[in-house]
Amino acid sequence: MQLITTLLLVTIRAGTSLLYATLGEVYTERSGILNLGVEGMMMMGALTAFAVVYRTGSLMLGVLAAMLVGGCMALLHAFLSVSMRANQVVSGLSLTLFGTGFASYLGQRLGPAENSFNLTGLTGERFPIIKIPFLGDIPVLSAFLQQDILTYLLYIIVPLAWFYLYRTRDGLSLRSVGENPRTAAAVGINVTKTRYIYTVLGGMLVGLGGAHLTLAYTPGWSENITGGRGWIVIALVIFSGWNPARAVFGAILFGGINAVQYRLQAAGTVIPASFLNMAPYLITVIVLAAMTILSRKKKTSFSSPSALGTSFSIEDK
Amino acid sequence: MRIVLAKRETRSKKISALVPIISFLVSLILGGIVLAFSKANPLNTYIYMFRGAFGSWMAFSETLVKAIPLMLTGLGVSLAFRIRFWNIGAEGQYVWGAIGTAWIMLYWQFLPVQTLLPLGLLVGMTAGAIWAGIPAVMKAVWKVDETLTTLMLNYVAILFAEYLYYGPWRDPKGYGFPGSEPFPREAWLPRFLGRAHWGLFIAIIIAFILFFVLARTKWGLEIQMIGKNPNAARCLGVNIKWGIIFVLLLSGALSGLAGGIEVAAIAHRLQKGIISGYGYTAIIIAWMSQLNPIAALFVAILMAGLLVGGDQLQMMIGLPAAMGLVIQGLLLFPLLAGTIFTEYKIRIKKTKEV
Amino acid sequence: MNREKVKSPVLRMVGITKRFPGVVANDFINLELYPGEVLALLGENGAGKSTLMNVLAGLYDPDEGEIFIQGKRVEIRNPQDSMHHGVGMIHQEFALVGNMTVAENIILGLRDIPFIPSMTEVKEKIKELSKRYNLKVNPDTFIQNMSVGEQQRVEILKLVYRGAHVLILDEPTAVLTPEEARDLNRIIITMLNEGKSAIFITHKMDEVIQFSHRVQILRKGKSEAVCNTKDVTQRDLAKLMVGREVLFRIEKKAFHPGSVRVKLEHVSAEDETGRQFLKDISFEIRAGEILGIAGVAGNGQQKLAGVLTGLFPVSSGTIEIDGKDMTNKQPIQMIRTGISYIPADRGTMGIVGDMSVAHNLAMKKYREEPLSKKGILHPAHILSFAKQMISLFNISTPEPSTYVKFLSGGNIQKTILAREIDACRGILVAVYPSRGLDVGATEAVRKQIMEQREKGSAIVLVSEELDELIAVADTIAVMSEGEIMGVVDAQTADIEELGMMMAGVTRRSS
Repeated sequence: MQLITTLLLVTIRAGTSLLYATLGEVYTERSGILNLGVEGMMMMGALTAFAVVYRTGSLMLGVLAAMLVGGCMALLHAFLSVSMRANQVVSGLSLTLFGTGFASYLGQRLGPAENSFNLTGLTGERFPIIKIPFLGDIPVLSAFLQQDILTYLLYIIVPLAWFYLYRTRDGLSLRSVGENPRTAAAVGINVTKTRYIYTVLGGMLVGLGGAHLTLAYTPGWSENITGGRGWIVIALVIFSGWNPARAVFGAILFGGINAVQYRLQAAGTVIPASFLNMAPYLITVIVLAAMTILSRKKKTSFSSPSALGTSFSIEDK
Repeated sequence: MRIVLAKRETRSKKISALVPIISFLVSLILGGIVLAFSKANPLNTYIYMFRGAFGSWMAFSETLVKAIPLMLTGLGVSLAFRIRFWNIGAEGQYVWGAIGTAWIMLYWQFLPVQTLLPLGLLVGMTAGAIWAGIPAVMKAVWKVDETLTTLMLNYVAILFAEYLYYGPWRDPKGYGFPGSEPFPREAWLPRFLGRAHWGLFIAIIIAFILFFVLARTKWGLEIQMIGKNPNAARCLGVNIKWGIIFVLLLSGALSGLAGGIEVAAIAHRLQKGIISGYGYTAIIIAWMSQLNPIAALFVAILMAGLLVGGDQLQMMIGLPAAMGLVIQGLLLFPLLAGTIFTEYKIRIKKTKEV
Repeated sequence: MNREKVKSPVLRMVGITKRFPGVVANDFINLELYPGEVLALLGENGAGKSTLMNVLAGLYDPDEGEIFIQGKRVEIRNPQDSMHHGVGMIHQEFALVGNMTVAENIILGLRDIPFIPSMTEVKEKIKELSKRYNLKVNPDTFIQNMSVGEQQRVEILKLVYRGAHVLILDEPTAVLTPEEARDLNRIIITMLNEGKSAIFITHKMDEVIQFSHRVQILRKGKSEAVCNTKDVTQRDLAKLMVGREVLFRIEKKAFHPGSVRVKLEHVSAEDETGRQFLKDISFEIRAGEILGIAGVAGNGQQKLAGVLTGLFPVSSGTIEIDGKDMTNKQPIQMIRTGISYIPADRGTMGIVGDMSVAHNLAMKKYREEPLSKKGILHPAHILSFAKQMISLFNISTPEPSTYVKFLSGGNIQKTILAREIDACRGILVAVYPSRGLDVGATEAVRKQIMEQREKGSAIVLVSEELDELIAVADTIAVMSEGEIMGVVDAQTADIEELGMMMAGVTRRSS
């Protein structure tokens, strides 16, 4: 029982950053924009959050800064993809290439002293674990109730995100833009504005996901702190069927894989560490293939927004 | 007053050629802004970078060393992009090329030593081809999206290589250094200028062959058709499935060749440094060269110059080497924004008075 | 029914002019619409009817002219403005989202509903409106599970939900069987009795006669005439539409069919979801024969063409070409047998837009000499071949090297025609070849098809226009829901019977 609780606890901790980023990318993709810049945006969000917190001591500022950075990067992607009709795949990849390179650069430049520039290895403020009294002692349940505030916020944000998408007027408009922008435009929805708004919003959540890594999970900065998580997020969006509620399962699954990996390595199994580390990536490929093959028959509730990745303009009549 | 984009009547070739050049200049300007914030003089920095990359024969040879694998991976990625197959897996295909070549070099030494190099490169190419072939088959047969599959396989390849050089292939005389034993001297790919090696000529020859094949053969025509309108291509009898698979096998082989050449000429062993990021830079090269094989050669040299120049920065004025990567990353943004002007032009529309 | 002209018009368009680069689409057009009537807007493709209605619906800004609704001058800048004034338009391509329900589609884009809308209220209103106008629409059905006719009714419901009293319908019966068209008419009449009005955009004269009270004819951007429908005949309309006496029958040589070239026996086919889109199809086509395939679009005609060209697999039955079994072969094999294909979807299936006209013309013959030798292309030969085709088929293009996507629709079709006819070795499959083309281009297409018939080709012609089929084809097969309802001789064909077969009501065994 104790093992389950501990595993669950670590899983939820690990999954928090994944879930924030996944929610963000779900919203972006629901508007029809594919943003492959998640890895770069998470990296920059992680760096920004830590650097700001280190300098100012304010966790709040760090989080806001990360969201701002994520939002700005997403804004660039929106501009290129929507207004400049650029290839969305390449645009997103550029964002990742730039974001990872720039984060690496800044990580070596934004340190405290004049001689040692590095942010690596420094410690700063971190989000403390807030244990809920009484309930926080019940086994299994306690795993959910011994987390930091960013995780607690998710307990509210996820249901809200689901409700907004499926039960409100604006969520309906959003879904129509990603599904059939021509129709959305015909009924008076501003497709361009919608895509900009939700791409930037998505970017802000992705930045926030990055912040959780350096301000709570690890904490602290190191090169390649995201370690490919941004790509897992892209996969999680697909696995969740672009549904904020189902995203939880994916985040838990991969958070869990993370947690189990460390356990197994620490315990020293026969399987070499490298192969264990391959697990998330191989699983992603297999699940992706399985989902594609199974949903070939018909548009299911797991299908992608039909207009995902395409550009749209009013003159296309 | 509104700024509107209006469609052109035909594609503008002039703009098409200008866009990459202007993009490079814009990225330098943007990079300059970053440098200014870092309290470094942009002009000086760029001069240092240029000198570091092209300022002397030694410098140039180092640039060539980086350019050669970039040329090959760039060619490979360009090929895949031509059929709109987003091959982000060049990094993994490159690593497998290195693994394949290393395997021959280390474990097939019972063969005459002159055969090790050609056989090694061949096996490296095959390994890279297969690694690209897997996501290609998945796309061709089951329509599985290739962006994620190629990418995920990168991590798998890198981890596998790690396993090899930390584990079973580790050099027992290596003092704990993560790497394999060195390859036999006679099997090394010869160098001609500093560390620059014959791989350069292989890359150049391949670029020209590719250019000819794409422009002047039946197969090249079909590649264009698959990339630009697969539905019509299918109606006209082109076999899409085989087209995709074959192109990707070739794409992976090119990246694999890059990896094989790199270990055969530079590192002479399978070691930690094999993970280079070339596979990702290749994407920038492909896009900036507009998928033209000859242009890719020049862009690769430019990219290599940025990387080498960046390394120099670290030594000479203490700026992080990542500056080179930053400029590379900045390159694509103006390129992406500028491409639209080949097919659209700016029109200023006056809104009607009510 | 007698419409008193003393009633004031509910809609007046005065002096509407709209220019596009190189053409005046609407040239000072006046239009009036009275309450309780159907006005047919008749004209050929390119006459300006859609443009005029798009101006009314707020999709285009007119360069000159004014619009008055209920006597008041209005500015219409977008579809929401026009809806605000009670004018709504149903386009040929419906503005519906497939994987959403009727109710969701109805409220999509509405500004004055609460942030969290009450779907129960919405559904109630939908049911009430559906009953009132006999639309038979269930608010919980997904659009993608509805037939085209049902979807059209959802579009109508959308307009009345928003309070429209002028409905503009663009070629509404193009996707309906004659029976469904009559249902639509009944629905419209119910609305007319409430004082609503409708404008039908059409190019079919029999529709005008059947469904409208008045008709306005547009030709080359100008308004030619406005008449009461009961005062004109089809011949009069045709003359006004085209400006000259129109021959209703095309010169056709006598029917001397040769040997059987194409034979289908009990062919059935399914798509990926297991739905049968072809059921037990059997027919023969002889050399020098044109088999017309009639039917409302979406009943399997395109799939049938796909099966003949190797693009769709069959699940049972056989296809024989010249006696050889060619069931389930790849497209390349069908091409090698000499089958030429003119697809309905020109842009997606017929050409590669981002390649030159010359390359597109070469796409059937590039595998052989003189265009290529041992795998290597011969650019000089490709260019001279292209020049030949361009002049022979009268393709208007700045250069042979121009990307084909920059050509006009008619010239794109000519490019496809040139390529396919040149490479045709006796079997031609043409699907909606004259769709969207003006009269000149349509005549050119028909001429080519007739020439092929004289050369002894076996031709499959899929068309939505029964007139065209009766004039051009030798035999007509009618398809409904994937089955052939009957095969009739074109010369003795009876339109009523064809209509019944299209609706799936009667069969005729041949």
